[in-house]
Amino acid sequence: MENQEKMNKEKLKSMEAIFEAKIANDEKIEPKDWMPEKYRKTHIRQISQHAHSEIVGMLPEGNWITRAPSLRRKVALLAKVQDEAGHGLYLYSACETLGISREEMYDQLHSGKAKYSSIFNYPTLTWADMGAIGWLVDGAAIINQVPLCNTSFGPYARAMVRVCKEESFHQRQGYEIMMTLCNGTQEQKDMAQDALNRWWWPSLMMFGPTDDESTHTEQSMKWKLKRKTNDELRQQFIDQTVPQADILGLTVPDLDLRFNNDTGHYDFGKIDWDEFWQVVKGHGRCNKERISARKNAWDNGKWVRDAAVAYAEKQSDKEEVKKAV
Amino acid sequence: MNKNWPLWEVFVRSKNGLEHRHFGSLRAADAEMALNNARDVYTRRSEGVSIWVVESKNIKASNPEHNGELFEPAADKAYRHPTFYNLPDDIEHM
Amino acid sequence: MTNENLIQYLYGIADNSLILGQRLGELCGHGPTLETDIALTNISLDLFGQVRSYFQYLAELSKDDLTEDDLAFLRKEREYKNLLLVEQPNTDFAYIIVRQYFFDVFHYMLLEKLQDSKNVNLQGIAKKSIKEVAYHQRFSGDWLLRLGDGTEESKQKVQQAVSDLWVFTDELFHVTKDDEAVIKAGHGVDVRLLKDDYYAKITNQLKQATLEVPETKYFQKGGKQGIHSEHMGYILADMQFMQRAYPDMKW
Repeated sequence: MENQEKMNKEKLKSMEAIFEAKIANDEKIEPKDWMPEKYRKTHIRQISQHAHSEIVGMLPEGNWITRAPSLRRKVALLAKVQDEAGHGLYLYSACETLGISREEMYDQLHSGKAKYSSIFNYPTLTWADMGAIGWLVDGAAIINQVPLCNTSFGPYARAMVRVCKEESFHQRQGYEIMMTLCNGTQEQKDMAQDALNRWWWPSLMMFGPTDDESTHTEQSMKWKLKRKTNDELRQQFIDQTVPQADILGLTVPDLDLRFNNDTGHYDFGKIDWDEFWQVVKGHGRCNKERISARKNAWDNGKWVRDAAVAYAEKQSDKEEVKKAV
Repeated sequence: MNKNWPLWEVFVRSKNGLEHRHFGSLRAADAEMALNNARDVYTRRSEGVSIWVVESKNIKASNPEHNGELFEPAADKAYRHPTFYNLPDDIEHM
Repeated sequence: MTNENLIQYLYGIADNSLILGQRLGELCGHGPTLETDIALTNISLDLFGQVRSYFQYLAELSKDDLTEDDLAFLRKEREYKNLLLVEQPNTDFAYIIVRQYFFDVFHYMLLEKLQDSKNVNLQGIAKKSIKEVAYHQRFSGDWLLRLGDGTEESKQKVQQAVSDLWVFTDELFHVTKDDEAVIKAGHGVDVRLLKDDYYAKITNQLKQATLEVPETKYFQKGGKQGIHSEHMGYILADMQFMQRAYPDMKW
């Protein structure tokens, strides 16, 4: 008995070693390949969170579709929100290859067990928020997502390639809205500045807690779920976004922000991590509305989904009868 | 009743002359709906001219644990490849 | 046919796409599955695309220096000439599908004939749009079958939607004075001639969906004259909000 156990343990160890070597060698892991349980669980958690973020993310922008100020802006926004539905779908599908169903993932979202990007718990109050979200939130998302196109789990990497390709217009769409506002009347400029003021800090929080507080980084780096640390990515975002704000003639709402000639990066002020944790823990401005909107959509749609299944069954019964005759 | 829509795999031909390629998956109650959904989900940016859908459960996949016996024996059959054969440099059309 | 006749005729077509597109735009993120969200958004985008073609042409026709957005966002309620059908609310998925199907079948027949218009602009728009609408009709027609011949619950819900929305179908075939002039000039389609085919087609589909065809002889009308339902004011309040709150700005 003891020998048997020892052998199993050794076998597992060697399989893990082969597995880790494959990843280190830039080979992809595919769904039916053997993988450590922790790898599976971590991927289910991350990919489903990512999928949830896409579909919850439809809501704050969906809030302005009916009020978009021009037909051009309306179709662009509609197409963008629709893309987010598509991206959620790609990601749920990628996650399903790990042995969890979309319905189980929805249950986790609706019960509050699963997390999604906290940024979507902030309200969209003016049209300029559509600009700020595209510019800042999609900008931050791109920084987070591009490295994932090379992540180790094949289905996730392939979904991300598609997502990144489609998202390339999203940030431009947002920045163009901001440009138009900043070239407009004083009232429009004020609206743009107000949106930047409200979205700047939450955007910085999108990169997650500081490195010394972040629990998953080391393992995620090994599995190529992450290529850089939270703080590195945040710095990259700030460095590339501040000059874009300058071009718009807007002021980043951070009195401590200044370029540091020694480091070649921007120094920035203290992030309000209390606010971050408040929202993560479910007490942001819109946490409840977002979850209940998703839950309502799902619950109210049940009879529709059931009807389609019943119809499909009747049709296939009819086919059977036809064949029998 | 609590039945979920089954999962379908979607294959798209991007243009005539190319093969259908696996694009991804989606949910649909029946084949007709799967085709419609595939059109809406996977060809929004003119990605395709033809779609196949197949219910995922109907795909039989090889087991990666058997990869050794299935695929490795082919690795040392260099004589199946043109580079295996030596020809003089000045010969043409071959 | 005067220029004004043609302008009013165009509103009568374009406003249907505008208001239905707007209604569908309310739904994104709230549908029964991601797949249906994506599909309905595609329909909405098609409709807005058509609106833009019509309005760009309308802007050319108008004497003042107007843009597509002036036409979409700055008219008064009475100046919108859409059918009552398309402004009906998204009560539930059954209403959404039935409203869509009742409109799509009509829309397809209209565009089919509009391809033969003497007006090359209308011809062009019709030729492009008809492919989109052929798909809309297929989508909504399929779903009508699924809901009708699905479960007891779905049947009851879709039957309710059919009964409630049926009263708005007669108006599809009304013709205004402006329409008459445009039809006479060979630019417009005489929708009165489509009526029998229309009812034959949807009756057939309803039967196939195991649904009852309503027998009412009382129909609602007024949209084509700009006399809308109470819903319309709220649709416009949303749609025109930015333009009204911040007049004369570029977005």
